[in-house]
Amino acid sequence: MGNEQNTFRVVGTRPVRPDGVDKVTGRAEFGADHQLPGMLVGVVVRSPHAHARIKSIDVSAARAVPGVLAVVTAADLVDLPSELSSGGEAPINFRHVSHNVIARDKALYEGHAVAALAATSTAIAAAAAALIKVDYEVLPHVIDVLEAMREGAPLLHPDLFTTGVTPTPTTASNVAGVTEFALGDIAKGFAEAEVIIEREYTTQPVHQGYIEPHAVTATFGADGTASVWCSSQGQFMVREFCAKLMGMDIGQIRVIPLEIGGGFGGKTTVYLEPLALALSRQSGRPVKMVMSRGDVFKATGPTSGTHVKIKLGAKRDGTFTAGEMTLKYQAGAYPGSPAFLGGMTGLTPYLFEHAKATCYDVVSNRPKSAAYRAPGAPMAAFGVESAIDELAQQLNIDPLELRLKNAATTGMRTLYGAKLPVVGYVETLEAAKAHPHYSAPLGPNQGRGIASGFWFNIGGPSSAAIHVNEDGTVEVVTGNPDIGGSRASMAMMAAEVLGIDFAHVKPTIGDTAQIAYSFLTGGSRVTFATGKAVIEAAEATVLQLCGRAAKMWKVEPYEVEWRAGSAHCTRVDDTTRAPVTLAEIAHQAGRTGGPISGNVSINAAGAGPGFGTHLCDVEVDPETGSVKIIRYTAIQDVGRAIHPAYVEGQLQGGAVQGIGWALNEAYLYDEKGCLLNSGFLDYRMPVASDLPMIDTVLVEVPNPGHPFGVRGVGEVPIVPPLAAVANAVSRATGVRMTDLPLSPPHVLAQLDRAKTAG
Amino acid sequence: MAKHHIQTTINGEPAEFLCETQQTLLDVLRDELDLTGSKEGCGTGDCGACSVLLDGRLVCACLVLGVEAAGHEISTIEGVAQGNVLHPLQQAFLNEAALQCGICTPGFIIAGKALLERNLNPTETEVRYWLAGNLCRCTGYDKIVRAVMNCAAQMREEASHG
Repeated sequence: MGNEQNTFRVVGTRPVRPDGVDKVTGRAEFGADHQLPGMLVGVVVRSPHAHARIKSIDVSAARAVPGVLAVVTAADLVDLPSELSSGGEAPINFRHVSHNVIARDKALYEGHAVAALAATSTAIAAAAAALIKVDYEVLPHVIDVLEAMREGAPLLHPDLFTTGVTPTPTTASNVAGVTEFALGDIAKGFAEAEVIIEREYTTQPVHQGYIEPHAVTATFGADGTASVWCSSQGQFMVREFCAKLMGMDIGQIRVIPLEIGGGFGGKTTVYLEPLALALSRQSGRPVKMVMSRGDVFKATGPTSGTHVKIKLGAKRDGTFTAGEMTLKYQAGAYPGSPAFLGGMTGLTPYLFEHAKATCYDVVSNRPKSAAYRAPGAPMAAFGVESAIDELAQQLNIDPLELRLKNAATTGMRTLYGAKLPVVGYVETLEAAKAHPHYSAPLGPNQGRGIASGFWFNIGGPSSAAIHVNEDGTVEVVTGNPDIGGSRASMAMMAAEVLGIDFAHVKPTIGDTAQIAYSFLTGGSRVTFATGKAVIEAAEATVLQLCGRAAKMWKVEPYEVEWRAGSAHCTRVDDTTRAPVTLAEIAHQAGRTGGPISGNVSINAAGAGPGFGTHLCDVEVDPETGSVKIIRYTAIQDVGRAIHPAYVEGQLQGGAVQGIGWALNEAYLYDEKGCLLNSGFLDYRMPVASDLPMIDTVLVEVPNPGHPFGVRGVGEVPIVPPLAAVANAVSRATGVRMTDLPLSPPHVLAQLDRAKTAG
Repeated sequence: MAKHHIQTTINGEPAEFLCETQQTLLDVLRDELDLTGSKEGCGTGDCGACSVLLDGRLVCACLVLGVEAAGHEISTIEGVAQGNVLHPLQQAFLNEAALQCGICTPGFIIAGKALLERNLNPTETEVRYWLAGNLCRCTGYDKIVRAVMNCAAQMREEASHG
C-alpha cells in the first residue's frame, strides 16, 4: 500500500468522533473526575520565596491534626544521582525531575513544592497544611535570562558548570549549556552580503494554558503494587517517572489514562503523581490531588522567555547569503530549555550556504520550563521571520516572493546536519500567494503580516492491537492519550485497511497493563507513528482473515485476496466460493482457529517534517495601541489529512495560541520574584470575542514514510503566528516591533517613541 | 460545624445534599452529587468550564455557594440531553468538530444553549461576545462559533416548519 493510492474510502472524510458523545454530555472522565472509596485529599505546601534554602521542615503539628493520615517531604522520594537517562525526545535527568516534584535543600521558585499531606477532607488538609513550619533562609533570586547570565548573578546550582564549551569552566554559573550548529563559513557568507539586518528580539515566558489543571488519584497496596489514574500525555511516561522517583519496579505500577483536558506539551512530565503515591504508601488509603489554577501557573510549564539575536545577510536580488542566530532561553529552575530546538528550526525554512546558531540554556528562579507545542521553535522563528520581513521592506521585495526565492526544498541540507526528506514548504507559499486573503485590500491603520515556520515531527515507539469481535465489529487499542481527536484517526485508518465501516470500529486508549509500550503523545507523532502501528496491526489482521477464509474454502492462503471488507478467492473460474465478509469470517472464527487479532509494536521511522505559512491582518488603534486581529489564514503542508476537520482544528488552535503569545500573554513578576498574574483574569489568553474566524488551507504533499502520507500537524501551527502578528503590526504602524507581547501599553510606547525619534 | 441540609432541583429532579458552608455549588455538584460533567478550570469564574444555569441564568458554579442552591433550579450538562437524545447544540458540536480535548465543552454547551434560548438568530459577533466568558485553549473558537451559528440556523428552520 503506497502513496500512489489516492482513492480512500474513509481517510479524508469527517465522521463524528467515537468519544464525542461522552464529551458533549459530561460523561467523559477527566483527571479530577475519578473517585475511589476511602479516598483522601492530598495537598501540597509550596515555597512562598523565589529562592530559599530550606533549613528545616517541622511537620509534627500537621501530623497531629485528627484526620491527617500522611505527610511527606523530599525524604520520602529516592535521592537520585545526577545523570542523564536516555529516552524520550531529549535526555532526562531524573534527579532534577525529582527535585522539581518536591524541593530538596533549596526551593528554586515561588510555588516549588516542599511538603505534601493527605487528610480525610479538603478542609482538614488545608488547615493542617498551614501548620507545616518551614524554616527558610531567603536567598537573592534572578528571573531574567540576560541577568541570570551575568557574572555575579545569584547562583541556583553551585554544581552547575556550563557544558558545550571548551575548556569546561571551573566556576559554576547559571548557563547550563551552550549548543552550536554551523554550516559553511559564516564570515564568508556575511562578506558576500550586500544587505545585512541585525536585530535583537525578546519573548516572554508563556504557559500552555490547558483548561484542565493537573490531577491524580493513586492507590498503593500492601503488596507494594500501585495504580495511578491521571490525565497526562503518556501513561507509560507517568509509570516510568513514578517508578524512578519512588524506587519501584515498572511492573509494580499500573497507570490508567483518564481523558486529558489539554496538554500542549505541558503534561509530558510528572508533578503530583509521585507525591500522591508517597502519600498513599504512607496512609494505606487512596489519595487524590488536584492543582489549583494558581499552582498550575506557578509550578508547572511554562515555556521559556527568550532573548534572540538574528543576523541575516542577502544580495540585493534577495538571495540569502548568511544567517546567524544567538538564542538565550530561560530553562527555569533546572537545565533543559528548548534553546537547541530553536537553533535547529529557526533557519530551516530557507536555503543557507552559511549559517550558524549558538544556543544558551540558562537557569533562573522560575518554574522549570516544560515542552510547549513545537518547543523552542516559535521564539527563534519570531526573530528570523521578523528579520526577513524587514529585509523584504529594505529590498522592496514582496515578502512571499523573498521567501519563495530562498525556500527550503526536498533534499536541502539543514543547519543541524540532516537533509530534508520530501517537504511541501514551497507549496504552502504558493497557496498563500494564490489565496484571496493575500490580495485583499487593507484599510487605514491596518497591516498584513506573513511568516512561516518549521517543525521536525517525530515517530518513535508505538503499539496497537486490533481485536475482531464475534460479530465482525472491531476494537482498536492504542497506548496514546487522545488529546485532540486521535481516536477518530486511529479508527479511520483501521477501517480503511480492513474495508469496513468506521462505525464498526471502536478505538480505546489502553492502560499500561493492556497495551504494549508507546512513547507519549507529543512531537506531533500520534497520527503518524501510532497510526502506522494501527495500519500494520490491521494488515496483520487482514492476513489472518484471509487465512481463515482459505480454511473455510479449503484453498491455499495465497489464493485469497482482501478487497472492500471481504475475502475473495482468486482461483480462476471458481464460482463456487463467493466472497465472504469480515463479519462472516468472524462468526466462524471458533471453527477456523479461534479469535482473530493483530498486535503490532514498532519504532516508527520516516516522520515527515512540516512547514506552514500564515497570513495575518491587524488593525492598530493609534490612540490606545490596541491590536485587533481582523483576518487570519493558516496554510500548512499536512501530508495527508486523515480527519480534515481535526487537522483544521490543530491549525486554528495553534494559530490562536500563537496570537495570545504575540499579543497578551506573559509571566509578570514582582521584585521578590513572585508571580503577579497566576490566574486567567490577569494571564489573558485569547477569548472568542478577540478573534475572527481562522481560515485554513490544508496542502497535501504526502509523506512517503507513512502508508497514507501522514505528517504530524499539531506543532507547526504555533511557529509562524508570533512573527505573523508582529509583522502585521509593524507594517500597520510603520514601527518595527521586536518585543512581545504587543499589549496596548507596549505598542503605544513604541509608537510614541518612534514619534519622538522621528 | 454541622453541615447544611439543602433541598433543591437539579435538571428538573428534586435533589438534596449536605454541604459545608464554604463549599461551592461546583464542589457540591462534583463531590457530593457525582455530577462531574461541570469542570473546574480556575475556581475564580474566569474560564467558564463550570457553567450551569441557576433559575435559567448563566452562572459559574465555582462562584455560587452550595447553600445558595436551596429552593432554586439548577441545570447542568448532565441534563442537556433528553435521555439519550442529544440537544441540537450537542449534535452541532459533534458535527462541526467543535471540541478537541473536550474539557471546556460542557461549559460551552451550557452557555451556547443559554444564548439560543434568548436569541435564536445571533450574529457572529453576538455569539463571540456571549461566549467570551468561556475559555477554550484547543480550538481557537472557530468551530465552536460555527457550531452555535449552524445550530441556531437549524433550530430556526425547524421552528419555521414546526
